[in-house]
Amino acid sequence: MPTEDLLLLDFWVSPFSTRVKIALAEKGLSYETQEEDLLGGKSDLLLKSNPLYAKVPVLLHNGKPIVESTNIVYYIDETWPSHQLLPACSYGRSRARFWVDFIDKKVFDAGSNIWKSKGEELEAATNDFIDILKKLEGAMGNKDYFGGEKFGFVDIILIGLTTWFYAYEKYGGFKIEKECPKFAAWIKRCKERDSVAKNYIDPQRAYEFVGVLRKMHGVE
Amino acid sequence: MAEVKLFGSWGSPFSRRIEVALKLKGVEYEFIEEDIYNKKSPLLLKYNPVHKKVPVLLHNGKPICESLVILEYIDETWEGPSILPKDPYERAMARFWVKFLDEKCFPAMWQACWSIGEEQEKAKEEATEFLKILEGTLSGKKFFGGDSIGMVDIVANFIAYWFMILQELAGFELLTKEKFPKLNEWMNEYLNCSIIKENLPLKDKLTAVFQARFQAVAAAAAAAAAK
Repeated sequence: MPTEDLLLLDFWVSPFSTRVKIALAEKGLSYETQEEDLLGGKSDLLLKSNPLYAKVPVLLHNGKPIVESTNIVYYIDETWPSHQLLPACSYGRSRARFWVDFIDKKVFDAGSNIWKSKGEELEAATNDFIDILKKLEGAMGNKDYFGGEKFGFVDIILIGLTTWFYAYEKYGGFKIEKECPKFAAWIKRCKERDSVAKNYIDPQRAYEFVGVLRKMHGVE
Repeated sequence: MAEVKLFGSWGSPFSRRIEVALKLKGVEYEFIEEDIYNKKSPLLLKYNPVHKKVPVLLHNGKPICESLVILEYIDETWEGPSILPKDPYERAMARFWVKFLDEKCFPAMWQACWSIGEEQEKAKEEATEFLKILEGTLSGKKFFGGDSIGMVDIVANFIAYWFMILQELAGFELLTKEKFPKLNEWMNEYLNCSIIKENLPLKDKLTAVFQARFQAVAAAAAAAAAK
């Protein structure tokens, strides 16, 4: 495969960057990374590439920036169409897009509500989060992956976020294995994949990072 | 024969987006009006159990939900003018802007119309900032999509029509010609497109509904203040 000019603006603990790394790995693409210190100072390149949100990940392809992780994964799938991540048929693609939209709107925010709250609010946040995972279990049905028999687009979008789930479990006082065993089994299955294993943030380190965020938010 | 049905609501900008897209592609469809404020039909709840909202497109009995998802489905399924660009980079840009519209612009603009006091001032400021960003993207272009309307234009319908009615009723003017010359030009071109013009809810009917709601909100606020 010819070398592409790909640069990923990254932050080591970003679950959104993880999505992009997994997608690039699935396509067998090599790329450079530039680590951004989001809690320190953002680089000029990041501010220029993503002037609206100044967030990672940003993928620069031949110098042109694509921002927003889900958008980036769509771009990767369309630009390098071999080994498609989205289903082949258009109805299947619409189902995938629907669940990607659901995941993007619900999962990370629900998780954040857990580590940001205490007491009664924490209990409500935890229940809400588990509810969301149960809905996702329903979407998967009896298949191995959200993509059906194959690991696909929705799996990539969701598995990146699970790197922070250990933190949610610790602060929420629950175990996904107990509450949503099918979901836990899916996480384990995905982590056996090379593209995921090589890019999966250490959940313990993510948990420590969330601890820092909690202090910054004045939750402790 | 392919069967296409659309569960929608006459006043909903999200629902109207889908009608524009279907008409653009020349697709015949049956429209099913949902009473979204009072009682949603069992069929709607069956086809969209997760969000329970309109629009829902039913194609050969299979439901597609969420307006942005439906728009991409329509573009992929039927021949005709493109809704999304063909080039992957341009597509990424279009997807970025429609998310910006739906997740940032509209909530701020909606909030600016329906809130009061400090909350309203804050929402108006936010909405103005977002509109300035949009204004910037129109440099040298007739439409967000270029020479013809595309996905971003279709999704921006709220700005051109619903918001213009609402801001007048709410008693302020954010989208002035002075501050937003390009957006105003875009609105003129956009509302002149027959496919847009012919698929908007009647202004009088929409105004009446919004007016009634403003009165209800004012009455509730007065009642709360009196306690």
